[in-house]
Amino acid sequence: MRNPLTLAAVLAALCGSAALADGTVAPGDVKYEDGAVAVSLTGTPGDPANGPAVIDRKGGNCIACHQISAVNLPFPGEIGPPLDGAGSRWTEAELRGIVANAKMMFPDSMMPSFYKTEGYIRPGVAYTSKPPEGPLDPLLSAQQIEDVVAFLMTLKD
Amino acid sequence: MKRLHMALLAALVSASPVLADEEAELVINGDLHIVTRAPAAPHLEGHLDEVISGWVFRSDETQALQMDDFDNPGMVFVDRAMEVWNTVDGSEGKSCASCHNDPAESMKGIRAVYPKWVESAKEVRGIPAQVNDCRENRMGAKPWKYEGNEMAEMEALITLQSRGMTVDVAIDGPAQSTWERGKEIYYTRYGQLELSCANCHENNFGNMIRADHLSQGQINGFPAYRLKNTKLNTVHDRFKGCVRDTRGVPFKPGGAEFTALELYVASRGNGLMIEGPSVRN
Ligand code: HEC
Ligand code: HEC
Ligand code: HEC
Repeated sequence: MRNPLTLAAVLAALCGSAALADGTVAPGDVKYEDGAVAVSLTGTPGDPANGPAVIDRKGGNCIACHQISAVNLPFPGEIGPPLDGAGSRWTEAELRGIVANAKMMFPDSMMPSFYKTEGYIRPGVAYTSKPPEGPLDPLLSAQQIEDVVAFLMTLKD
Repeated sequence: MKRLHMALLAALVSASPVLADEEAELVINGDLHIVTRAPAAPHLEGHLDEVISGWVFRSDETQALQMDDFDNPGMVFVDRAMEVWNTVDGSEGKSCASCHNDPAESMKGIRAVYPKWVESAKEVRGIPAQVNDCRENRMGAKPWKYEGNEMAEMEALITLQSRGMTVDVAIDGPAQSTWERGKEIYYTRYGQLELSCANCHENNFGNMIRADHLSQGQINGFPAYRLKNTKLNTVHDRFKGCVRDTRGVPFKPGGAEFTALELYVASRGNGLMIEGPSVRN
């Protein structure tokens, strides 16, 4: 997986700063307050048009667990609640927190933590069954998270 | 997820993920009545009330394939294993039959109590470890690969001799510490997706995860013939796939961790009946 964060993460590690070179907040530096994240992870507004791609299998595979009427994907899962109306139930900051690391909002949630790179037990490189040789990329990039949050905000009751 | 994707493709081809008739009864060859739902063993208190065979969660078509041995694609492999059973192999000039005679008698009931503590080896073993012990130390033959076809097929032949018998693995005595280790593995959230067996198979059985209808992940039906790869699959094969799908690194098939997990998962099926070789998608 080509991830623009990797280089930025290396740069950030080198200069030891919280914000990445391009202004992106690194996974370890995200500030959660009651499960919510007030500050944009990128400083660039999310593009809701990219939301459906993040929801699909090749993105965060949200569809494996959630039904979302606004995206036309077959066989949605039923592990989590349908996301219809999520933009009315939650604020943008709450949705950012839920997508970045749902366990901050819902302790022990089955939902994967999409913006995290550490603390795993026997992590592999995607579905290869092989252990990683270097640091892992988060499941979604900061921009993908901003995009899917912007999309979720359009899902009103 | 790769497997979810495959299942999705398969489902698209067949127009929709067809759900099983959850009230259906499993009767094999018209006369062997299989218990597919049973009260959960006492050690599952607070976790499950009822244990349910994976057969219940499959589509009508897949269910039907397991109801008649002429339709069950796993049966040809059992026939093949019967030939191997009778074939001399290794430096000692022996076949399985030389010592164990007719498997219908010598292997009856074995699968229902395995994995179990083997006193002579001072460890908990699954059937494959016993088979390889006989091959290496009693026949002077090469051990089979744990997930290889020969092993899966021989295990199916041995399993068939217990079909319809109630799963009853021991979890106490010398097996207890291995069982505890298996339980710990079952509830550990592995991989970058941080998912435990329990997340999917205890808390979400009956729910769809994308196009897959989640079962309790029972192993009373193993070895299982899978329509997906058209061969018999061992228990550890399945465990491996499930851990891989957490974006994790599986344990070694045939190794101590998966054997402990197998004992624990088998004990979650105490009360169900041995069904192998079963048919799954
Ligand atoms: C493995 C299953 C799984 C996946 C994959 C998953 N979720 Fe969730 N999600 C859940 C569960 C379960 C909950 C319910 C919260 C809890 O754990 O109590 C939830 C809750 C949520 C909620 C709050 C529910 C509401 O509307 O009230 C949102 C929003 C959400 N998820 C968004 C997403 C997005 C976006 C993705 C993909 C990037 C995603 N989820 C992927 C399982 C999942
Ligand atoms: C030279 C004789 C011999 C041969 C050949 C042999 N076995 Fe065994 N096998 C044994 C003995 C002895 C035991 C141990 C019985 C005991 O401890 O109760 C055993 C145990 C087993 C067990 C465990 C049974 C139990 O009661 O727990 C299995 C399964 C088994 N053998 C399968 C096979 C298979 C399959 C083959 C051929 C690939 C084979 N054996 C070949 C002698 C043999
Ligand atoms: C992300 C969800 C998920 C996780 C986590 C998971 N599995 Fe599975 N498992 C599945 C799916 C999907 C299937 C195929 C449908 C079914 O039988 O549930 C399956 C099937 C199985 C089966 C076959 C059942 C049968 O009757 O054919 C077994 C056994 C199994 N899993 C055991 C495990 C074990 C042990 C673990 C923990 C190491 C585990 N699974 C973790 C999703 C999961």
